[in-house]
Amino acid sequence: MPWTRRHLLTLEELSLHEIDQIHATAAAFKKILGRSVKKVPALRGKTIVNLFLEPSTRTRMAFDMAAKRLSADVISLDGSSSSTTKGETLRDTAQNIEALQADMIVIRHSAAGSPLYLSKILGIPVINAGDGSHEHPTQGLLDTFTMREHLGSLKGRKVVILGDILFSRVARSNIHALTKFGANVTIVGPSTLVPRTFEALGVTVSHDLKSALSDADVVMLLRIQHERQTAGMFPSLGEYTGLFGLNKTRASWLNPKAIIMHPGPINRGVEIDSELADGNNSVILEQVTNGIAVRMAVLYLCSGGQPESVVSA
Amino acid sequence: MPSLWISNARVIDPASKRDAVGDLFISNGKIVASLSSAEKKKAKKIDAKGLVACPGLVDIHVHFREPGQMHKETIETGSRAAAAGGFTSVVCMPNTAPVADTAGTIQQIKDAIARTACIKVYQTGCITVGMKGQALAPIGSLKRAGVIAITDDGDCVQSNDLMRRACEYAKMFDLPLMDHCQDHSMTVGAVMNEGVVSTRLGLKGWPNAAEDIIVSRNVILATYTGAHIHMQHISSKASVELLRRAKARGVSVTAEATPHHIALTDEACGTYDTHFKMNPPLRTEEDRIAIIEGLRDGTLDILATDHAPHTDYEKDKEFDYAPNGILGLETALAVSLEILVRKNKFKLATVVDLFTRKPAQLLKLEAGTLADGAPADVCLFDPNEKWVYDAKAGFSKSSNSPWHGQELRGRVKTTIVDGKVVFNNGKISA
Ligand SMILES: [Zn+2]
Repeated sequence: MPWTRRHLLTLEELSLHEIDQIHATAAAFKKILGRSVKKVPALRGKTIVNLFLEPSTRTRMAFDMAAKRLSADVISLDGSSSSTTKGETLRDTAQNIEALQADMIVIRHSAAGSPLYLSKILGIPVINAGDGSHEHPTQGLLDTFTMREHLGSLKGRKVVILGDILFSRVARSNIHALTKFGANVTIVGPSTLVPRTFEALGVTVSHDLKSALSDADVVMLLRIQHERQTAGMFPSLGEYTGLFGLNKTRASWLNPKAIIMHPGPINRGVEIDSELADGNNSVILEQVTNGIAVRMAVLYLCSGGQPESVVSA
Repeated sequence: MPSLWISNARVIDPASKRDAVGDLFISNGKIVASLSSAEKKKAKKIDAKGLVACPGLVDIHVHFREPGQMHKETIETGSRAAAAGGFTSVVCMPNTAPVADTAGTIQQIKDAIARTACIKVYQTGCITVGMKGQALAPIGSLKRAGVIAITDDGDCVQSNDLMRRACEYAKMFDLPLMDHCQDHSMTVGAVMNEGVVSTRLGLKGWPNAAEDIIVSRNVILATYTGAHIHMQHISSKASVELLRRAKARGVSVTAEATPHHIALTDEACGTYDTHFKMNPPLRTEEDRIAIIEGLRDGTLDILATDHAPHTDYEKDKEFDYAPNGILGLETALAVSLEILVRKNKFKLATVVDLFTRKPAQLLKLEAGTLADGAPADVCLFDPNEKWVYDAKAGFSKSSNSPWHGQELRGRVKTTIVDGKVVFNNGKISA
């Protein structure tokens, strides 16, 4: 089956086969990243605009890097330089970008649903680089890509996502991808940040760290934001760490070969102890590298490329 | 003004317990039992075969945006939209700009009504100064200026103590309080119902508990002070239950439901379409059914539209940033007939009652009946006509309707105010 999507908006709407296609394409691009010349001409002559209306260094750098590896020209706009701070609407900003003959737009926005909104307005592909608390599909793709590299099939594997699930687009995208792969997903953390409503997405909700971590094959940590404490979501960072921080003792409950993941940036000593973040089971930096390959795959496929022709690209 | 002779209509007037095919006579702006044969000869005849003739509909919850936001709606355009929807009396909320918290502003609005409205438009005043929830508005002066109720709609008085004083003070003037029940501390940043759908969409949820808590508060204050508190646009199952129990005890509370809360659920927000963004938000199927049952057993007294116009460019935004609210006047009857009569087996006369006698009685308006001598406010509608609603071709200045482009069943044909035809066959004739 050829790749037919123009946009990448959510993992919820992708089929298992489509995720497979992206992963296969990313695997081919990852080989290219290992060469001395890390660049392919696949998107030469194309212009990609990174419209980052919410601050992000990591994701933006990864998209930048991915576009450059594909030989595209890249323009990045961030929240402070974009005209939306001067009262211009998202529609006007996006239509201007299209009128400047951009070929593709990558958007990061604090409002959920804004990539879908743009996809209805624009004639060029729209890639979601994170929309509010909704989805972060390329993160979900790189996370599951990394898991498959280490574990092979994810069917029946126990994956634990630990931390601020309620506000996490990373958690949502991972949940959609992992449940499609047949993994058993448990979300765990304080009940204020891990509400029962998530059961509707096909996951197990737990507030008991020990039973959640027992025999898990993957533990994915999410960043704990200080603002949540002042918003009354939990009493203090100290109490959070005391109950849910990942330390050596707790990590021993995991399957010995389990991998430890984190989308970054890490609060060392809050959601995870330093020795674990830097330890043998940590794949945190691999996630970063895979993020380039996965984003290359997404940019390439959504601009009309086909999975099987990657290597010749 | 010629006398009117409406013949062959199914006349439904719950106020005078009339539901039969027959004639309706109007003379000098009033409903009359019959016309003399000389008058009949001169009368303008309207053959209403196949149509229902009922009292002009009454909506006690509309936003006409004048003064201050006349790019969205004016009293003139809003009253025309109302006439096209079969309404002959509407009650405006005071959250205009400036808000209607002084006698002077009320007078200004009344002047605009006298100049431009084609139906009867009534005004409410604020409960608190500037709708800020901090000090009582000059409720006595507002009453003298002609308001028929007070409300901070769009907002909700958060201080229980101030709400208590408002109840005591307003009772002195026999003024009902209308309340938009929302605990603000629980809904900061909320844009839709909190639940499974908001979880999936990653949107900040508005828990029904925030409504239920204020409904409980108001039941307690109505009990304690004896004031009449009317709960606006009830959206949750638990609130319906709280009201059912309060009414069984004889507490002086009343409540309304909107056509959109009986027709739609939060699933409609699934594509981030801002035409489904409103406050209170669309809730779950369980809530929707509870509201319909509340209307069936009288726990919820009436239907009201919460007609809330916004321009296209204001709604054309990220879901988080779009304003709350949708149009309601031109679709209210058709939507209610579909949901209540066709899908939930309500009697046609019951729905007419929810839109006529009951809201008129609630705010003591001289409306809502076709009894002999009553003002000749009449709505003629075809309960079965199918039509496609084009919000852009409607009479409101705005077109923010979730029903735009959809086929509806039940169409208003003619609206008569004080014996004068103001709307007929798709055209305003006022
Ligand atoms: Zn309201």
